[in-house]
Amino acid sequence: MKYQFNWSVLWSGQSGQWLLSGLILTLELSVLAWLMAVVLGTVAGAFRTAPWKPLRAVATFYVEFFRNVPLLVWMFFWYFGVPPLLPRALQDWVFAHSLEFWAAVCALGVYSGARFSEVLRSGIQSIPRTLIEASVASGLTVAQAYRHVILPIALRLIIPPATSESLNLLKNSSVALTISVAELTFQTRQIETYTAKAIEALTAGTLVYLVLCVTIASIMGWVERRTAIPGLITGGRGESR
Amino acid sequence: MAAAIEFRGVNKWFGPLHVLQDVDLTVEAGEVVVVCGPSGSGKSTLIRCVNRLEVIQKGEIVVHGQSITGPRVHLSRLRAEVGMVFQSFNLFPHMTALENVMLAPVKVKGLPGAGAEKIARDLLERVRIPEQADHYPANLSGGQQQRVAIARALAMQPRIMLFDEPTSALDPEMINEVLEVMTDLAREGMTMMVVSHEMGFARRVAHRVVFMDGGQVVEVQPPEAFFAAPTSDRTKDFLSKILSH
Ligand SMILES: Nc1ncnc2c1ncn2[C@@H]1O[C@H](COP(=O)(O)OP(=O)(O)O)[C@@H](O)[C@H]1O
Ligand SMILES: [Mg+2]
Repeated sequence: MKYQFNWSVLWSGQSGQWLLSGLILTLELSVLAWLMAVVLGTVAGAFRTAPWKPLRAVATFYVEFFRNVPLLVWMFFWYFGVPPLLPRALQDWVFAHSLEFWAAVCALGVYSGARFSEVLRSGIQSIPRTLIEASVASGLTVAQAYRHVILPIALRLIIPPATSESLNLLKNSSVALTISVAELTFQTRQIETYTAKAIEALTAGTLVYLVLCVTIASIMGWVERRTAIPGLITGGRGESR
Repeated sequence: MAAAIEFRGVNKWFGPLHVLQDVDLTVEAGEVVVVCGPSGSGKSTLIRCVNRLEVIQKGEIVVHGQSITGPRVHLSRLRAEVGMVFQSFNLFPHMTALENVMLAPVKVKGLPGAGAEKIARDLLERVRIPEQADHYPANLSGGQQQRVAIARALAMQPRIMLFDEPTSALDPEMINEVLEVMTDLAREGMTMMVVSHEMGFARRVAHRVVFMDGGQVVEVQPPEAFFAAPTSDRTKDFLSKILSH
């Protein structure tokens, strides 16, 4: 039997509303997880190159532990495994405030942070060691050298690979449907279930992800151009004189 | 004269490699010492020990009367007292010339921005590139970058300046502008240890020339004697090689 397209399912009934609420939840989840990933990844990435072994060990443990287990497993871990370990008051709070959402934020944030830290580490390692020497030779502590010299340069260098990681994070947020976070993919499947129009529903979801990814990539490209170091050759259209 | 830097029986190894062998050397306050010798002889390592970029395994280094090789050394105080200029400039590429010079005074000494800016502009004036203050390193010539690096090292008001082959990475036409700034500094009484093969500079500016070979200080002489009548064969051999071209 020939498949009968019926695109109107996307704007009749509750579909539009579902898509919109899915989109909003995907954005909330991704933004929070992204912030978490950037903070964790920056700290861990810096620690992994620090001239002090215990810091490197802690960061290496974090990275290897979290990035070598599938994200799906982490979703289950944070959703089923962590709440019983929490103190009573916090437990009550998360059960009352969509546990599945916060579990997904943690799972995605901590996992992506481990991946982001590897990106940052390679960025830091591409900076000549002599720049740290010049910093400490002028009296800065190693921590100050990282804060004012190494990280500002490394973060600029890694914008292109960090963009890919950010897109991965957005797409990976769909794994949260397994712990019943009603994000975008969850909602497309709901439309499919209610209308039996799989292709239409999936097309709608695909298009939304596509628009989001292109938007993120353009924003990151803009950030890259805005922060480009004058005179240095960069991948993008860095300002030149 | 008081001693600014004293190396007392200094030994250093990189793994099995004995890079500094029983080095004894005293640099007086206000003295300019040029260190020369073949590549790999330990010149960089020697001066990098003075601001603790390298640690020694045996012996002692004393800077202005304070041992810097003991366990309790105030590193950032030492490094504020000892400025360093590198062969590869090592400017912070994401900061303007002015910001490069201001960073340490603001972050280490906690100077307010306006005060640090005044100091930085005066220093850029002193190295003769006040007009480059707002340019980024990548848009400066090598000679200009090295002069910014000198200004940056001076910003902490050090009493000692270390130079590690400051003109080796420069095109010939830019060497002099850097040497001139260094000559000014020497005339103002700065204590300087300069690793360099610029023999003209050594002749005109150095109080003493140190020749190193294989991790040892082979010869220490005032420049006249060093060039006219070197005592060691190794020095003669080295001088004939670098003065012949
Ligand atoms: N960080 C290091 N690790 C191992 N060997 C080193 C290191 N730095 C320098 N060396 C070695 O020590 C010797 C002296 O080096 P260096 O002081 O840089 O010599 P110079 O400045 O006179 O050319 C060389 O053989 C060099 O290869
Ligand atoms: Mg050297």
